[in-house]
Amino acid sequence: MRDFEYLEATSLKQACTWLADYGGEAKLLAGGNALVILMKERFISPSYIIDIKGLKELDYLRYDPQEGLHIGALTTHRSLERSPLVREHYPVLASLEQRVANVRVRNTGTLGGNLSQAEPQSDPPALLLGLEASVTVVSARGERRIPLREFFVDYYETALQPDEVLTEVQVPPLPPNTASLYYKFTTRSEEAKPCVGVAVILTLEDGRSICQDLRLGLGAVAPTPMRATQAEAMLRGQPPEPELIQQVAQRASQEVQPTSDLYGSAWYKREIVKVLVRRGITQCLQELQGRL
Amino acid sequence: MTYPLELTVNGVRRQLLVRPGRTLLELLRDDLKLFGVRETCSMGVCGACTVLVDGTLVSSCIMLALQAKGKEVLTIEGLAKGGVLHPVQEAFIQEGGSQCGWCTPGMVLTAVQLLEENPHPTVEEIKAYMSGNLCRCTGYVKIIQAIQAAAQRMAGAG
Repeated sequence: MRDFEYLEATSLKQACTWLADYGGEAKLLAGGNALVILMKERFISPSYIIDIKGLKELDYLRYDPQEGLHIGALTTHRSLERSPLVREHYPVLASLEQRVANVRVRNTGTLGGNLSQAEPQSDPPALLLGLEASVTVVSARGERRIPLREFFVDYYETALQPDEVLTEVQVPPLPPNTASLYYKFTTRSEEAKPCVGVAVILTLEDGRSICQDLRLGLGAVAPTPMRATQAEAMLRGQPPEPELIQQVAQRASQEVQPTSDLYGSAWYKREIVKVLVRRGITQCLQELQGRL
Repeated sequence: MTYPLELTVNGVRRQLLVRPGRTLLELLRDDLKLFGVRETCSMGVCGACTVLVDGTLVSSCIMLALQAKGKEVLTIEGLAKGGVLHPVQEAFIQEGGSQCGWCTPGMVLTAVQLLEENPHPTVEEIKAYMSGNLCRCTGYVKIIQAIQAAAQRMAGAG
């Protein structure tokens, strides 16, 4: 690793000031799981590292029935995994967080860091995109809120400007009559990065026979996490019959843009998307209709 | 350019001057001669560099030494107290949960933490918790058995 100046932020304001002063020459350090690897391998050599792990005011979890879940950017995967609040209101998120990487990464890695890294082979972004989450980012110039669907730009690229800090993630409340699940599909070992990630959020109308909304958050099958919007539209307003679900799954597998790599071929990933979308919708449906 | 760093390692207060890019692993192994941490995958995946920092399992190979400022680090060398092995260490010996020993410090520390959080883990829970510690020798069976034996041993004593 090349030498750099190590700065410890004692306030968010101080971190923002430094980022403004040093522009693209500075990087934020929280858990360090992504950053330190990149620096060890010399992919990046920032001149300044601003350690924000000490900003306890960014480590929190709050739930409001109207607004949903407020997750401070420095909340670790481990906190999310074990939080009674998350388990109660967003069990799909708690069970996803349980499968992120390994226990050491979950202990130190933060949700803010995970989203900022924008690695395609990652689990939280796909689900959060399906849940229509947004993020708050702060700089010396002010504050703005970015819906996740606008946040991910390309491989490892987000809408974050060099002087901005991601401070909070907001997850809207789930509507009534909604079931959700996330499949982390791995082709390597248990703790490896996902080959394909499929989040299904299904909402039925009150009679539980018509689909009110379908959201499919797909990860690791495009440069960014994505929604299979055409597939989703096919089910909305329709009775979720098996044949239609199969067609929805087929469409979703056509919308993704996977690459062939060590996790699998592009063809294989499309097939897996097709299977998991069909299986996920079916499972959500069974859960909702079984509740009757 | 160096930075002063104060931290506690295995109960001993240490003061060092470190370059900013020095990892905790390099500090422990090269500066303090604690060889239980090994630079193996270099990316926090394999677990051979596992240590506890303030009671939390971390990958020391991807942690800057400066991130451990003011914290308490426990390595495998600090686990036995006054020459008395921890029940997990005893169990690994009894059950044969180690061959070449490379992964063993990480395995033991992680198992210690697992049993702290979950004193009666199922096999599935053991596998999930230990999934970030890789072993090329044993095939994991005896490691799992060692952890189960340790759990029983510790439950019996408690």
